[in-house]
Amino acid sequence: MSNLYVADQPEAATAGHPTGRLLEVEDLRVEFRTRDGVAKVINGVTYHVEAGETLAVLGESGSGKSVTAQTIMGILDTPPGFVTGGAIRFHGKDMLKMSAEERRRIRGEGIAMVFQDALSALNPVFTVGFQIAEQFRVRRGMSRKDAKKRAAEMLDQVKIPNATQRVNEFPHQFSGGMRQRVMIAMSLALDPEVLIADEPTTALDVTVQAQIMDLLAELQRERHMGLILITHDLGVVADVADRIAVMYAGRIVEEANVHELYAKPAHPYTLGLLESIPRIDEKGQQLRTIRGLPPSLLKIPSGCPFHPRCPMAQPVCQEKVPPLLQLGPTRASACHFAEELVKRD
Amino acid sequence: MSDPTAAMVTAPQAAEPGVVTDTPPDAGRPGEGASKDKPRGLLGDAWYDLRRKPLFWISAAFILFFVIMAAFPWLFTQTDPNFAELSRSRQGPSADAWFGTDIQGRDIYARVIYGSRASILVAVAATIGTVLIGATVGVIAGFRGGWIDQLLSRIGDVFFGLPFVLGAIVILSQFNGPGTHRGEWAIMGLVIAVLIILAWPVSMRIMRSTVLATKNADYILAARALGASNTRIIFRHLIPNCLAPVLVYATILVGAFISTEAALSYLGVGLQTPVVSWGVMIASAQNLIRVSPYMLLFPAGALVLAVLSFVMLGEAVREALDPKMR
Amino acid sequence: MTETILEVRDLVKYYPVTRGIVFKKTIGHVQAVDGVSFDLHKGETLGVVGESGCGKSTLAKVLMHLEKPTSGGVNFNGQDIYKLGAGGLRRLRRNIQLVMQDPYTSLNPRMTVGDLVGEPYEIHPEVAPKSSRRQKVQELLEVVGLNPEHINRYPHQFSGGQRQRIGIARALALRPEIIVCDEPVSALDVSIQAQVMNLLEKLQDEFGLSYIFIAHDLSVVRHLADRVAVMYLGKIVELGTEDEIYERPTHPYTQALLSAVPVPDPNSRKNKAIIRLTGDVPSPTNPPSGCRFRTRCWKAQEICATEVPLLEARPGSDHPSACHFAEKREIVVSHEASELTELPTRTL
Repeated sequence: MSNLYVADQPEAATAGHPTGRLLEVEDLRVEFRTRDGVAKVINGVTYHVEAGETLAVLGESGSGKSVTAQTIMGILDTPPGFVTGGAIRFHGKDMLKMSAEERRRIRGEGIAMVFQDALSALNPVFTVGFQIAEQFRVRRGMSRKDAKKRAAEMLDQVKIPNATQRVNEFPHQFSGGMRQRVMIAMSLALDPEVLIADEPTTALDVTVQAQIMDLLAELQRERHMGLILITHDLGVVADVADRIAVMYAGRIVEEANVHELYAKPAHPYTLGLLESIPRIDEKGQQLRTIRGLPPSLLKIPSGCPFHPRCPMAQPVCQEKVPPLLQLGPTRASACHFAEELVKRD
Repeated sequence: MSDPTAAMVTAPQAAEPGVVTDTPPDAGRPGEGASKDKPRGLLGDAWYDLRRKPLFWISAAFILFFVIMAAFPWLFTQTDPNFAELSRSRQGPSADAWFGTDIQGRDIYARVIYGSRASILVAVAATIGTVLIGATVGVIAGFRGGWIDQLLSRIGDVFFGLPFVLGAIVILSQFNGPGTHRGEWAIMGLVIAVLIILAWPVSMRIMRSTVLATKNADYILAARALGASNTRIIFRHLIPNCLAPVLVYATILVGAFISTEAALSYLGVGLQTPVVSWGVMIASAQNLIRVSPYMLLFPAGALVLAVLSFVMLGEAVREALDPKMR
Repeated sequence: MTETILEVRDLVKYYPVTRGIVFKKTIGHVQAVDGVSFDLHKGETLGVVGESGCGKSTLAKVLMHLEKPTSGGVNFNGQDIYKLGAGGLRRLRRNIQLVMQDPYTSLNPRMTVGDLVGEPYEIHPEVAPKSSRRQKVQELLEVVGLNPEHINRYPHQFSGGQRQRIGIARALALRPEIIVCDEPVSALDVSIQAQVMNLLEKLQDEFGLSYIFIAHDLSVVRHLADRVAVMYLGKIVELGTEDEIYERPTHPYTQALLSAVPVPDPNSRKNKAIIRLTGDVPSPTNPPSGCRFRTRCWKAQEICATEVPLLEARPGSDHPSACHFAEKREIVVSHEASELTELPTRTL
């Protein structure tokens, strides 16, 4: 049972700009071979991102969202992780079939990544200027002086004040939000076409989070990049995403554009999530919860992985894996009862 | 109260949301393995890992072998290790004496067997002493901090600064030099004491740094919030979580002490006749290496094997206890 | 609900900053908590919100008497908790308990669940006779939604949410009157957060607990709290009922904070009126003079640098606010910009 579907061209959110699929993940499968068994971390994930759009990959811990990103970037720990199927196409070419050299070239110039914890992603013994300039020196062959100047320009682009002075400072001399900006500067140094942001603001305060998300949105607009935003925060997603892919137990369980998802979720998991988050514009009635726990990836339940926790589960849910069904030009859901769910009020 | 199982197909029609009883923990936990219901602490998990390492079994087998040899030497040989017959002096290995005889005509094989007793006994006793004293001081220093920590650390530094072998020689040559005639146990006791005196700072440091790292842990704070006394915190919370590095160090230390004792005996300040130990045997063989190599080879071989097994054990234990592999 | 069980008065906690290894010299102070006062009423949940560096975690430690305050007092049932002797302090612990943030580090990994939840009874043997302890522990596990048969399991065999429940059971064992919750759901997955929050609510009703709920997530706090205190750089800048704070905030920082919280509603995008704060949070070793928020505040005037605004009733506000220019700003939370008359622009 695969989760492949034939996608129609999604609406061009940015009319007039070239729409092209920059990055396509197709039926990706990854497993982790541990001493306790084989954990099926990713089980047939398909999504894509186009220039100028923001795809939010939504999921909780164990959903496989970060592992997918790492696999795309080619930084997956192998062992214990192994890619067992699928393709990752950048401009149509399958990266999994490329040589290590070609993949390395794409990293940074084609696809770049921003991580959650800037403090551990930045090398503490080198100045930030050095780390950013390194990319120019190594990949573009610039001289030290030129590279440093460019590094300062990058810091300026991410709105770090006094960029020319701060370029000589070390990561620990920056606050959390500033460090995240530094990391964004580093990732954008080589003008990538796709930026993957893995929980970029989870560790930050909410006021800083707003600044960083704004910055990302602005940079994306200017550079017409594709942005894959990996997060668990439904509020952030509502603010910035164009399309959303919801992941659970290594699969995509729902795809929709942002308005559709929040107005009428088509999968019980999405519905459960939306109902269980406390909202700042509502005073608490009791929160509806999703009962139970996310499954162990060593023993994913048969059929639909969500069925043990699903309030709508029927016998068929345990027997058959629901395929990702198209419900509309931009909607898909992996639930046997998706249509009913959508029709519900 | 029955457990809702993960395999339940028809979910109860959740008319009301709210707090639900959890699915059993092992539904969501990797690493349960076959022993689903048997509780396994971290030590239990470590043991589970340890059982699977060939390294562990090999080294454990050797150590067991040596320990039995040390405890029940008569199982291995009937010959008296001190029985000297000069007419048999320096004979090569033969059917009579498997390892040959030494210069006084004593059976080398028997001496190797009996020698294990002294070597291992000294090493184990010294290790126990070092770890007990060092760990205690380390816990006090790490937990109390402040000037007590400074004081104890500086004292440890002083001992640490003494060059080990040199210090041992100086001390032992005072009490145990050529010309003194002490009883077997007195000699061994002296050597053990010296080893402890010179080696305790290392185990103190290990314990102290582990304590420093652990004492600010959340669960210790939680215990304080409950009103736990310092004693309770130290014995119930701190020490059980700080044992691992010290345990690993201890296993390796036994190996180190075996060879240290041999070195001291070789230099003439450690164990001496009438005590039989591998070091003593090596010492008496040093001038005859070229003519009767077997006099050196066999005790040296036994020594190396014993040290190696302890080090291997330490390595296996360290890997099993390593929390990063959890 | 109007009975006051805890009175916090001018609580101050400074940490000395030292230089040197052997002979330490104090060169400054981290002013983590700088004059915090509030009351806690029986059965209510007081939310304490603020961003990192505001001092809320330090406040939790000081309230729990895990750290001694530099000055100030906390009265529980009429007694100053910092003046208690050893016996009094032990008895106090039975009444004020703590739930910590990180479920992965707050439980001793070498103790079974039964030992962990039963430890309070070992420390305070007068609460329950030995024979009844096991049963009490099992009851507690049931109350928090865990299977009492798992009493011999170890923490690493449980998930994050379950571990947090264990922590809550442990805090509940002595039937305290007050539970200080220090970011209890921050480290949990979204779908588990709701479970634990519902649990906390249920327990409050069932056992008549009062909570001091410390968190940085404003949505979570709104859901549980009756009253809310907003902290910035060691001081409370605004204090009011949940309704007052979330619907009619009067302190600029509160307004900025609330406006920055993303709402899970894509339609609010167009109407966004996010108040952008510029600059970084000042260092707590060297806070700005007068009002600490003035370096980032769009309303700052000269008086803000010279006079410290006290947390008191203000003409523009129906609840205490520490701003010289406290002014109501409605519906900040739902980002409906069109109805606001005054919009601070990005350049501020």
